[in-house]
Amino acid sequence: MTLKTSSNEVLITGVGLASSLGADAEAHLARLFSGAPVTPAVDEARYAPYPVHPFAEVDFSREIPKKSDQRQMELWQRIGVYAAGLALSDAGIARNPELLDRTDLVVAAGSGERDTKVDCEVLEKLGPRDDAALLAKEVLPSALRPTLFLAQLSNMLAGNISIVHNVTGSSRTFMGEEMAGLAALENAHRRIAAGQAGLILVGGALNAEREDLLLGYEIGHNLWRGSHCPVWDREDGGGFVPGSIGAFVVLESKAHADARKAKPYGRLVAVETGHAQRERGAIVRTLADLLGRMRGLLPDGELPTLSGASGKRPATCEERVFLTQLASQNLNPIVRAYGSLLGHGVEAQFPAGIALAALALKSGRLPPPGGPESIEQPLSAPPQRVLVTGVGHWRGEGLALVEAVA
Amino acid sequence: MSSVYQDSKGRPLVAVTGMGLVTSLGRGKADNWAALSQGKSGIRTISRFPTEGLRTTIAGTVDFMEVAPYSAAALSAAMALAAGSEAIEQARIGSKAAFPGPLYLATPPAEIEWPQRRALYDQAAGSERGYKRLLAAARAGNWSELQSLCQFASVAERVSGELGTRGLPVSISTACASGATAIQLGVEAIRRGDTDAALCIGTDSSVQIEALIRFSLLSALSTRNDAPEAASRPFSKERDGFVMAEGAGALVLESYQSAVARGAEILGVVRGCGEKADDYHRTRSKPDGTAIIGAIRNALLDAGAAPEEIDYVNAHGTSTPENDKMEYLSLKAVLGDHLASTPVSSNKSMIGHTLSASGAIEAVVSLLTIQNGFLPPTINYAPPDPEIPVDAVGNQGRAANVRTVLSNSFGFGGQNVSLLIAAA
Repeated sequence: MTLKTSSNEVLITGVGLASSLGADAEAHLARLFSGAPVTPAVDEARYAPYPVHPFAEVDFSREIPKKSDQRQMELWQRIGVYAAGLALSDAGIARNPELLDRTDLVVAAGSGERDTKVDCEVLEKLGPRDDAALLAKEVLPSALRPTLFLAQLSNMLAGNISIVHNVTGSSRTFMGEEMAGLAALENAHRRIAAGQAGLILVGGALNAEREDLLLGYEIGHNLWRGSHCPVWDREDGGGFVPGSIGAFVVLESKAHADARKAKPYGRLVAVETGHAQRERGAIVRTLADLLGRMRGLLPDGELPTLSGASGKRPATCEERVFLTQLASQNLNPIVRAYGSLLGHGVEAQFPAGIALAALALKSGRLPPPGGPESIEQPLSAPPQRVLVTGVGHWRGEGLALVEAVA
Repeated sequence: MSSVYQDSKGRPLVAVTGMGLVTSLGRGKADNWAALSQGKSGIRTISRFPTEGLRTTIAGTVDFMEVAPYSAAALSAAMALAAGSEAIEQARIGSKAAFPGPLYLATPPAEIEWPQRRALYDQAAGSERGYKRLLAAARAGNWSELQSLCQFASVAERVSGELGTRGLPVSISTACASGATAIQLGVEAIRRGDTDAALCIGTDSSVQIEALIRFSLLSALSTRNDAPEAASRPFSKERDGFVMAEGAGALVLESYQSAVARGAEILGVVRGCGEKADDYHRTRSKPDGTAIIGAIRNALLDAGAAPEEIDYVNAHGTSTPENDKMEYLSLKAVLGDHLASTPVSSNKSMIGHTLSASGAIEAVVSLLTIQNGFLPPTINYAPPDPEIPVDAVGNQGRAANVRTVLSNSFGFGGQNVSLLIAAA
């Protein structure tokens, strides 16, 4: 789709980010944007041969005060509700009933969590029998818990955000792996730009520490096995290292933000998405097309770029080709693959990139180079704008541009 | 732009130019309308899997799509394609396999199902147990076929691939309001001028052992197993839960102006969409109904319509004790005295609750109601619930001049969406 001229500026006025590297935006500023080298937090043993980035020590009560609410959720929901609360607090919207009542909610979600213990028990009880009757009659009715069902519904992250934080405008949940995050950001941006909304909480969450999640991706051989390394260096078929991430941002029209004197991190200037069929070269062409739509907004020279590359090949290789070829357009992308640091958040990956771009503008830095020198070069000046890339491990391409507010 | 193509707020008017349907009553609008207008039920005893010992053994399954090998995702895709193709054919839009707009698809979350999980488990040799064993099997084998079914984007991928929609295919889930949300997203995209056309589809194939047991554990399902066709009883005193069902509904939405410009037949318009999230409880609505009331009011506000303009309500009407009562109280709050003269019927009495698909299916039926000048009944309406004094179009459909329909969809997680659908 081509974007009509946007009339309303879209500002980022709140950031909620929690991952293996820290419990909030401040922790990420300290770990990623202080100039110090970054050591990723990786657990290579627990689910060997699959490394994962485990969620940091977090006091969920900070944003989910009621224990009864926490009990009603599985971890992916707690991570998301927590990060959403951080973003609302940061934006100065939390506990403001008048604003929350008209805050629209846009969530990128996968399927929920299964009770893997129950799954194992069921498989054991069934043994070698392919016995659906036994499954229906004896095994499942006693094994399943009613509350777990609610943890399995994709829209229940949004539902819990409404309940815990009283966000009660509209509520929409997008699905489809990385495409969920792309669609969520694109939808939120366009609604504000077109005046269909003034205030939107948008983001997603992933709990990487789940065998059922690993299984879902390993049937497609999408996971990286063995020692952790930067996404660009993952040879053969490559693969991603799942990272527990909760990432939400508050987007707001300039008029709305000005009226309540909210201080923006930056301006979300453009979100463009595509859907290549991924024959050889298709990702490069699609990304080039998306960039073409925003080329007029980019001055020549250094282009600070937060890449959401997963590490899965060929997608990550093609993204690298696209970035390298930008030289022919007089653009010099200074790239940081944040997936090398936080892991891959799948649905939450693109929202995490937007949150990190906001922090980059705030800190005047990018994370230190962590990948091959040919792609991750030093940055010469504080970023005035950041390009965020989102290339799905299987489908979906997106670019977003976040700009400093003068 | 001439104002005849704009609504009262100066936005592009959104027309419906194509519709498609699959339910347990059959494939296509013609068969479905014939059955719905005659008050036929599509609910039957489940034959897909053994149900002995289960509290609920009935559903509105779609058993005629010839999906082989069978899987929930494959059935969802097949129904979405059937409904989507029917809608595109009616709209005569685009060229073969090239729909000129985006896809908004309401679909249940995809996951690995029990037969597949067991197949994986059986594949691995060795002494490992549990998920370690499943992962070992996944690592060693080629499961790309399974993977293509279990990606959450898989149904949208297949539908967009075959129908040739443009851009990123959008999969959405707002629980039982998903179908209405898909329509809402299409309306908003056209109003923004992002596109002249959008394909909005809701599909659901959730009648699986585990899903049935899950809903059953929430005490949400009817247990009237002896007379399946009499189990779904919206607004009746003896209603005892909803009946799970499958199906798909599809609409081609277009800017009114571009539909007129290409000489398309305009089947109706989507005048307004209203939404309001509820923060009360994960599965129950606020006791004062304010969120549902908010969704209905927002639909009227969005359309710039007065409550008195509503000629008929295509109710969410699930047949659960709580929903039907809350829906009535909310309608009463918004429509006031006008409710007494407004017929309110539930398609779910005949086709059951098609979950993610219901908002889209019921939008199509709302348009067929307008087109045919005939109200489909609420069957099994006996005895009426005295606490819900509405004209439920009980048991017998009837002729009526309908210009404007309010179609409601409510879902777990505080999802409430209302659509105002009107004659062209």
